[in-house]
Amino acid sequence: MTTLIDLQPPGSSPEPGDDKTPRKIPRSLSRADRIFRWSTTGIGAVVLVITGAIAAFLGYQLIPTLHHYGLHFFTENLWQPQSNVLGIEQVLIGTVEVAIIAIIFAFPLALLTALYISEYAPSWLRGFLTPMVDLMAAIPSILYAMWGVFLINPHALYVARWLNEYFGWIPVFHVSGGQPRAAVFVLSLYQSSPFIAGMVVSMMIIPIACAVMLGVFGQAPLSEREGAYALGSTRWGMIRAVVLPFGRGGIVGGTMLGLGRALGETIAVTLILSLNTDVKFRPLEEGGVTTAQLIANYFGEATSAQLSALLAAGFVLFAMAIFVNTIAAIIVSRSRSGALTEI
Amino acid sequence: MTEGEIVSGVSAPVIDAADTTDFTANVTGASLDADRVSAWFGTNKVLERVSLSMAPGIVTALIGPSGCGKSTFLRILNRMHELVPSAKLAGEVRLNGQDIYAPGSPVTVTRRRIGMVFQKPNPFPAMSIGENVLAGLKLTGLKAGRNARTALTEECLQRAGLWTEVKNRLHEPGGSLSGGQQQRLCIARSLAVRPDVLLMDEPCSALDPTSTRRIEETIAILRNQVTIVIVTHNMQQAARVSQQCAFFLAEQGTPGQIVEFGSTKEIFENPRDPRTSDYVHGRFG
Repeated sequence: MTTLIDLQPPGSSPEPGDDKTPRKIPRSLSRADRIFRWSTTGIGAVVLVITGAIAAFLGYQLIPTLHHYGLHFFTENLWQPQSNVLGIEQVLIGTVEVAIIAIIFAFPLALLTALYISEYAPSWLRGFLTPMVDLMAAIPSILYAMWGVFLINPHALYVARWLNEYFGWIPVFHVSGGQPRAAVFVLSLYQSSPFIAGMVVSMMIIPIACAVMLGVFGQAPLSEREGAYALGSTRWGMIRAVVLPFGRGGIVGGTMLGLGRALGETIAVTLILSLNTDVKFRPLEEGGVTTAQLIANYFGEATSAQLSALLAAGFVLFAMAIFVNTIAAIIVSRSRSGALTEI
Repeated sequence: MTEGEIVSGVSAPVIDAADTTDFTANVTGASLDADRVSAWFGTNKVLERVSLSMAPGIVTALIGPSGCGKSTFLRILNRMHELVPSAKLAGEVRLNGQDIYAPGSPVTVTRRRIGMVFQKPNPFPAMSIGENVLAGLKLTGLKAGRNARTALTEECLQRAGLWTEVKNRLHEPGGSLSGGQQQRLCIARSLAVRPDVLLMDEPCSALDPTSTRRIEETIAILRNQVTIVIVTHNMQQAARVSQQCAFFLAEQGTPGQIVEFGSTKEIFENPRDPRTSDYVHGRFG
């Protein structure tokens, strides 16, 4: 609209009935509208400025970090402040490892919970369960962390041992030094592992993923649902033909939003995972590290160069989280537009 | 309206000789009988003791002003009514003499035998044209070989009058068709599970005149293959496609009832009830 107006040569006011140049339509907002518009625009801009400032502040730390530790910063797995050897190779791997384990637990639970609430639960129960899922998201993460430390950690190790016993021949289920069949085994070997940390983190991302999926499933068009039922479909058949295809964007988007949270989860991981930066791909085994845990752990006693390095690690985490969340937001907004289903 | 008049509507209408000329010996389809059907949404009664016989080879039109319960009645005929949480009903609906609401009568089998075409075309957008036709097989767990499926796709699209328009684009999404084509695709989809009865709820109300004509031609072809019941607001359409006609009316505050039932010719040319006469001549509704 504005470009059309700009095209008009200056000074040439078109005569009425002149169809060569579009007519300029004066638009003026009322005083109240102008004030409201500028104040909301200003507040909206503050959000962008804050996010941009965080990115700039963290990104700026890359300069002293790379100056001190070189590109080895990204390929070194050790983090030894005493000998000033710092690297984030295993930190990045560990962050993704815990997040993926969390998603493996959270995805089926969130999907089935959302399907149950949206499609199978009687309406009185649905009205009760939907806010319960939201409430689950409101529980402070320190409480999940406590629950993980005192309840999950001492018991889930038997699950880890069982997996190790029967699937230990698959590399990811291997535990170095683990003797699952021995009558007496070292309990601590299976404790405080990325597996258990991921399990606890999954509890925190289920409500987020579930809420997004619920929102999208609820919008599956009634006309298509009835079309499926009128053909003699079972409820599960209708879900597969109508609800799941319609909700695909919500399923992917909700899972990725959960992944974004899992990447940055700090307190539960810090309390459960015993910090160990060895390069290994053995999630059932004790010890591991994530970016958030690294920062929380070393922040207090870091020298200024080391502090820059921690913040640089934070920048990488920030970039990963922004990337995942952006993809998720795009997928969710596309699926909600419903463009595919309109006739 | 007294009860005696409603019950008088149950007797089979006298079909004019002109209407029966194309009744061939190989008429297929099933007889569908509604017996004193009443319906409620919550505590609001919307249908009062409606009885109607729908015989094979005959297209039955349900006419009447909005809100008279004809769509509700249609949805009761294939158990779509119970999908509405507060919906209740009384009475019986018999398909070839068997009550479809009897305990142990599986709802999925009933709905497969009594297909439905809706007011708004509703092809499955995630499926191609070909997949839409065969969706009923997948949804009801019916197995068919590759050749049988190809043959069934062509047969159903032929019967729905859509084959020549889509035979080269079966892999395109169902949503890429025009509204009228989508509605015929939905008819083809209903036919693929081999129903005995086809219910149509204002199938042409969202379509242009050309598409409407195509659907009406399709109904004329299908008439001897499946029993057809059609709800329509279009008087001319009811007169064109149906052989028998039921006029529904819900007078102020009372549940919907059948005011008059008879052969279409009789309803339009010589209605017994003055309210029917007023309605079919466009004086109200």
